[in-house]
Amino acid sequence: MEAASKVIHAIYTDDDILMSAVKKVKAAKHHIEEIYTPFPVHGLDKAMGLAPTRIAITSFMYGCVGLIVAVVMMNYIMIEDWPQDIGGKPSFSYIENMPAFVPIMFELTVFFAAHLMVITFYLRSRMWPFKKAENPDPRTTDDHFLMEITIHNNEADLTKLLTETGAVEINIVEKDEDAH
Amino acid sequence: MEYKISNRLKIASIILVVLGGLLWGWGYMSSHDVTEDNISEYMNDSHGEGHGDAYHNEDNGSASAYKVESSQDEDHAEEGHKMSHEEHVLHQIHNRPYAALYVAAFFFFMIALGVLAFYAIQYAAQAGWSPVLFRVMEGITSYVLPGGILVLLVAALGGSHIFIWMDPDVVAHDEIIQAKESWLNKTWFFIRAIIFLAGWSLYRYFSRKFSLAQDTVEGNSNFKKNFRISAGFLVFYIYTESMMSWDWIMSVDPHWFSTLFGWYVFASMFVSGITVIALITIYLKSKGLLEFVNDSHLHDLAKFMFGISIFWTYLWFSQFMLIWYSNIPEEVTYFVSRIEDYKLPFFGMVAMNFVFPLLLLMNSDYKRIPWFVVMAGIVILCGHYLDVFNMIMPATVGDRWYIGAPEIGAICLFAGIFLFVVFTALSKAPLLAKGNPFLKESENFHY
Repeated sequence: MEAASKVIHAIYTDDDILMSAVKKVKAAKHHIEEIYTPFPVHGLDKAMGLAPTRIAITSFMYGCVGLIVAVVMMNYIMIEDWPQDIGGKPSFSYIENMPAFVPIMFELTVFFAAHLMVITFYLRSRMWPFKKAENPDPRTTDDHFLMEITIHNNEADLTKLLTETGAVEINIVEKDEDAH
Repeated sequence: MEYKISNRLKIASIILVVLGGLLWGWGYMSSHDVTEDNISEYMNDSHGEGHGDAYHNEDNGSASAYKVESSQDEDHAEEGHKMSHEEHVLHQIHNRPYAALYVAAFFFFMIALGVLAFYAIQYAAQAGWSPVLFRVMEGITSYVLPGGILVLLVAALGGSHIFIWMDPDVVAHDEIIQAKESWLNKTWFFIRAIIFLAGWSLYRYFSRKFSLAQDTVEGNSNFKKNFRISAGFLVFYIYTESMMSWDWIMSVDPHWFSTLFGWYVFASMFVSGITVIALITIYLKSKGLLEFVNDSHLHDLAKFMFGISIFWTYLWFSQFMLIWYSNIPEEVTYFVSRIEDYKLPFFGMVAMNFVFPLLLLMNSDYKRIPWFVVMAGIVILCGHYLDVFNMIMPATVGDRWYIGAPEIGAICLFAGIFLFVVFTALSKAPLLAKGNPFLKESENFHY
């Protein structure tokens, strides 16, 4: 694999123009490396042909983990380690006292699902503490949209196509693959 | 887009009514075969095989402690009344056909009323996604008036078979009911019921009228009128629905009360109503009649089915946990009798109304697959029938319950009437509310 490659950066100023540009680029059978936007653009992932997200599945699994943690924890605290008489019903059995633990089971399910899902999302997006920003142009955090396409000896073609799609600026950049 | 009720559907609903009526009648006859003369024989025959008697043998420590409390409470209620066990059982056996009729009548009525509330919310919120479904909702709400009248007729017919406080003999010996008599008396009960029903039907009448007028008249004046009356109706509805739930359901256990009962019944009718909207929409779409309804509309209905099922569970559990935790005898008998005598329908209902929709409808993609939504919908509807069953039956038939001829007959009877009324109403107007100002947004709705 080559250590450095040339990429083309096309900059747009409107999300609707960006969307139609994405459709044209995909129709011309070019692979879009990445798109940087100042806000989430509805339907962009589908237009780019990205695989559906699997974060919902991880969330479900994290929720199951949270539920198990709650059951094990409450069983240890309230039944085994220091048996409690709950609601005047000293049965000392987890299942018979289960209604009292449902709020905790629910809360920890939600807690685990939500927090671990957010952490997973950050890591999957390659964002962790002290990470240097990947975004190639600070304007994409304000009001510009940037589409990145790798060049395979088709610089002229791409430039022409992207100009037609309404890009306001087109830059050719040397990109170091190891920067991630 | 016109819909015409097909002859097949008409005949099917008439067959359901006739068949249901016959089944129920047979159930009524066989329950009234048991009289004071042969009740002892009957009880000897059924002893040991009936599920009601089974638990006597399997009582364990904690359960029997509850048992003592609950039976004391019952004795207390009948103090001075001196009813023998045989007489008590005979009453329960005779109550069963009335209670079965009442459960089914209320179940189908609550579907229509739930849809009416959903429809009013769409107008009051000026929802943009739902106008393509308005005519389906209006079709279902046409059952509010006939269904409500049927519930009241069954209540009047059943009388003290369903509502024990309607029996002057019982009230004479019961101080707790006597204290509630200013609210719980026959005249006031039916006056209230007529006020509720009149208010709901008036809203339904005018909202339908304005909705149809909006199709033909220029401008948005009819839509604005609908917006205003919907907001007003929702205020009226949330008060009257709550009171209706005390009157029509909670009063079957006149000693017991729960302060969130109105919400609980509301959640049940809301989710059943939304489920029926989804089912009828899928049916009409499969006939090629609702081509303007897309996957995203179905997706949203399924999201509501999922969300409100969880909301129902939240209320069910809130009511259960507080009473279970505090364990106050006069409150907890309600759940003791349900867990001891109604174990299967009581916990089965939680599985059907919570676990099934939770697992079936959790995945986003499944909410767009019609047969999946239909399957989940059928489970939800059966679960909410059981919910009403669990609310009415323990107070009327005690442990002598079964889902047999009178119950299934009553379901068929009211299902037939419901289908006939709803599909006749659907064929009276175009299926697209073409004058609605949000129609374009609704037709282009996508998730």
